[in-house]
Amino acid sequence: MARITLKNLAHSYLPDPKSDADFALKEMDHVWEDGGAYALLGSSGCGKTTLLNIISGLLKPSQGRVLFGDRDVTAAETAERNIAQVFQFPVVYDTMTVRDNLAFPLRNRRMDAQYIADRVGHVARMIGMEDWLDRKARGLTADAKQKISLGRGMVREDVNAILFDEPLTVIDPHMKWELRTQLKSLHREFGHTMIYVTHDQTEALTFADKVVVMYDGRVVQMGTPEELFETPAHTFVGYFIGSPGMNLLDARIEGRHARIAGGTIDLGAAYGTLAGRTQIGIRPEYTVLTRGEGIPVAIRRVEDVGRHRLVRAEAEGQPVNIVVPEGMPVSDDLTHVSFQPDRINVYADDWRMQGGRV
Amino acid sequence: MEKTVNQKAWFLVLPVLVIVAFSAIVPLMTVVNYSVNDTFGNNQFFWAGLEWFEEMVTSERLHDALGRQILFSAIILAIEVPLGIFIALNMPKSGFWASFCLVLMALPLLIPFNVVGTIWQIFGRVDIGLLGHALAAVGVDYNYTNDSLDAWITVIVMDVWHWTSLVALLAYAGLQSIPQAYYQAARIDQATRWAVFRYIELPKMKGVLLIAILLRFMDSFMIYTEPFVVTGGGPGNSTTFLSIDLVKMAIGQFDLGPAAAFSIMYFLVILLVSWVFYTVMTNLDREEAR
Repeated sequence: MARITLKNLAHSYLPDPKSDADFALKEMDHVWEDGGAYALLGSSGCGKTTLLNIISGLLKPSQGRVLFGDRDVTAAETAERNIAQVFQFPVVYDTMTVRDNLAFPLRNRRMDAQYIADRVGHVARMIGMEDWLDRKARGLTADAKQKISLGRGMVREDVNAILFDEPLTVIDPHMKWELRTQLKSLHREFGHTMIYVTHDQTEALTFADKVVVMYDGRVVQMGTPEELFETPAHTFVGYFIGSPGMNLLDARIEGRHARIAGGTIDLGAAYGTLAGRTQIGIRPEYTVLTRGEGIPVAIRRVEDVGRHRLVRAEAEGQPVNIVVPEGMPVSDDLTHVSFQPDRINVYADDWRMQGGRV
Repeated sequence: MEKTVNQKAWFLVLPVLVIVAFSAIVPLMTVVNYSVNDTFGNNQFFWAGLEWFEEMVTSERLHDALGRQILFSAIILAIEVPLGIFIALNMPKSGFWASFCLVLMALPLLIPFNVVGTIWQIFGRVDIGLLGHALAAVGVDYNYTNDSLDAWITVIVMDVWHWTSLVALLAYAGLQSIPQAYYQAARIDQATRWAVFRYIELPKMKGVLLIAILLRFMDSFMIYTEPFVVTGGGPGNSTTFLSIDLVKMAIGQFDLGPAAAFSIMYFLVILLVSWVFYTVMTNLDREEAR
């Protein structure tokens, strides 16, 4: 097991990348601490899988280095890196039994037969396939096959890291939750470094200690679920995390005030003169419908989502989502919205700005 | 709803029946007719019962030809299948060279059988052939016209030259259908090259290989043109395979009765062996699924 360090890493699938846009993975420096449970979150095509394949050695990066501990493994073959990886779609060896499938990575490393039997038994119990061990893997259902793939990923104890590439896509929801719990307990038990790629925020937030959000080939933020929720470093994080995502409103920032839609908002902190496109971000959970305080909005729609209601409104053409607690009536005279000052984030060209003391 | 019963619908099948009868059933029955009669000039037929069959079953000449035939098919299968797989494994997976290789591999398959025979007939000749002459020049005593072993080698190499492509192309198609993720998973699992072949590539190729083996078996078991053009069945009878012998008997000696009995048994043998092949292979398949 080792800490994984990525140095000046970048990758392009083109032989001769010219501009920034040619890179599937923009230049980055990143450290995955030994024993961490990470989720790599981002929308499809943002470079998550590319990053994973570079770590496991299935892909050689166009530039930069990959280090396991102090060892430079950039040029090392996948086999040398001793990494486990589970893919999005199940990969099983059709002609083998479930048992042989699970034992395969260990047999390839010439482990002791007794040890193999123990490990296979253990993993089979974990993925709930003990009764299936002597069956051929062929003809099993997709989620059974994926469980085998997961099992094969977890069967080696001494791996440097286990990488999961959206492993639960094909698994049904009930089993998803159970397997995720299994993965967590496995992590607690063995302390492997785990990197879990997903585009499902619930999955990411429940699995990981640290969530790494990627956007357009870049790591835009790494943090705890709470940090991602409260202080998104990039507008994408604000928009991607949360349901619905953060409200982003174009605003003119003047010191400790923001001007939007003819109203002025107290930001609770002072910002200098900001260059580029300036926006304020506020979670729907931290907005309040009022009778005159804040900025004027026009309510378009009210959705009841069970625990609370969601008001879809517009402030001078910009959409604003407002969470209204249950029991509070939404009436005609609620014409304004106010924001909790300490929950407002300010963005310049999509990146979060740190406010100074007033 | 009540199903309408209308027996007249059978007439709709009639045209097909007539065409099939005209093109297949009647000619085949003609052969059957010859096989149970002794024929003389002026189309006189005398009932011979199973006499011709008995004669053929006990005929040493036929036994020898059958032996040679089985040996020939076994040898070319043993060479072409592994060689074809080997070539398929080493062909480029995509890009210009993949298309180039595909075209190159397809070329021998497009050459008419008798042309292939003629090419090799000349190629191997000691006096003017490139191969024969070159071998003689380096001191190899090679002459397919009077040495049985040389004749066999020539015929086998020719068949390999002509037909390995078919196996290679089919195997290649099988390999192309394997998703990249399988190879990636195998690398993660630290599988050896052999294990990748044994557990990923071979199982995925099995279906097409079954077809390749079946096709090559049937084809080689019926081979006629190429060896006939190259060796004419000689030297002596050493490369007289079943169909060459059959033609000799039917058209050379005009022994229509025995030849007809021979054809029917020949046909049944091919049918039987192919059926056994197919059943065994599909059973293996089913067992594995269990």
